[in-house]
Amino acid sequence: MRFFFHFGRYLLLLKQLFKRPENYRMYWDELFRQMVAIGVSSLGIVIIISVFMGAVTTVQTAYQLISGLVAKTVIGAIVSDSSILELGPTITSLVLAGKIGSSIASEIGTMRVTEQIDALEIMGVNAPGYLISPKILAAVITIPMLIVLSITLSIGGGIFVGDLTGILSAQQFIEGARSSFLPYNIFFSLTKAFTFAFIISSVSAYQGYYTSGGSLEVGQSSTKAVVYSCILILLSDYLLAQLML
Amino acid sequence: MIELKNISKSFGEKKILEDISLRFQPGKVNMIIGASGSGKSVLMKLMVGLHLPDKGSIEYDGQDYVSLDRNQRSEVRKQIGMLFQNSALFDSLTVEQNVIFPLSMFSPDSHADNLKRVNFCLERVGLSNTNKLYPAELSGGMKKRVGIARAIVLNPKYLFCDEPNSGLDPLTSILIDELIKEITQEYDITTIINSHDMNSVMEIGDQIAYIYKGHKEWEGDKATILTTDNQLLNEFVFATNFLRQFRDKSR
Repeated sequence: MRFFFHFGRYLLLLKQLFKRPENYRMYWDELFRQMVAIGVSSLGIVIIISVFMGAVTTVQTAYQLISGLVAKTVIGAIVSDSSILELGPTITSLVLAGKIGSSIASEIGTMRVTEQIDALEIMGVNAPGYLISPKILAAVITIPMLIVLSITLSIGGGIFVGDLTGILSAQQFIEGARSSFLPYNIFFSLTKAFTFAFIISSVSAYQGYYTSGGSLEVGQSSTKAVVYSCILILLSDYLLAQLML
Repeated sequence: MIELKNISKSFGEKKILEDISLRFQPGKVNMIIGASGSGKSVLMKLMVGLHLPDKGSIEYDGQDYVSLDRNQRSEVRKQIGMLFQNSALFDSLTVEQNVIFPLSMFSPDSHADNLKRVNFCLERVGLSNTNKLYPAELSGGMKKRVGIARAIVLNPKYLFCDEPNSGLDPLTSILIDELIKEITQEYDITTIINSHDMNSVMEIGDQIAYIYKGHKEWEGDKATILTTDNQLLNEFVFATNFLRQFRDKSR
């Protein structure tokens, strides 16, 4: 019953995002601010996790494939496909859910408990529209970009570590990656990226927007935003895989 | 003028306000007083449209706010300025960006014109040269004054102040009170203040309404508040020993 209450309220909140902006320029400026806050500020963490993700996957795949019967190029195929299909979109989104989700929920939650949202509404501003829609749009634009970067760096990390440790040469890695490459996998990966971006931003904004109480509740909203975003990312990951592969 | 007619509001089973009728005149400081939990904050939230009443009407110059659609309400809201108890300034924006925000959102004027208006309002509240400071760098009294500047920047017809003196020292409280009074008279604004600060009531209150447990217990001006024989109001007004002794001596 509680699930239906929250789901209904979530949909009603989303409906309010589609109202006509009071001033397009203000919304446009806010969109760019959010693209910096969500996208640019996440570059560091995405670069670090992606390179290590590819590197570790290469080492572990090689460890599991110790056999003279399996060509080394298979390692390149496995690492690149894993990076495109799962590691890039899903692991990066789970990390971003922690970073961006908690930031969105705590920012909006603090605005709620300090009456800043009331101030916006009294001014005649559509508070959900102004506060949430630029965040969702910024997330949907920048997170897929981060995920493309993550996939590239993950494969790059695999090539680098494979070559450095003598597991396989860069040429063997690339040969394996090219042999198994399917353009559809990129489409599937980007579909996941857009879906996860929407989940992270909208679920976190919902948790923040309906915060009531004080600083303790802001912290709780932030935690809920991360937990629910992660659960929904994993659930939709499974559903998309089932439907599209 | 704002007129409340038979306003009632409940949250679930709990009745918060019952059958409240009040009239607030322009150019006057109208005070709503009452103990904590008496329902005066809810009454203010009803008036500014953050909640809707279960029964009754809220008329802005004869126009019933409750029956308006979303766009019409938005138009009324543009005529409202509000000073919040904790100022409710946007943390991520500077003083200048806070005050210019409503103008940038709604005014068709150029940025340069808007900036002139912002500087005028900041000067009016005695805060010139604070444009680039962030709310975290301001004292409580300065935050209130920025809140007032933001509330008057769109030339509102109605100014709502929710406990403007809470958390301020007596001297700063007097400054804020005087500022509100001056602005009210200068621009002929209908000002409504929610307060339980009796100093403030006696200093600047023109019309006073006393809310007790969700209903209007008393209404009058400050000349009669000290002489009324309303037992509940007397208990509220003369709650401190100091004021009781002052009253007894003056009798």
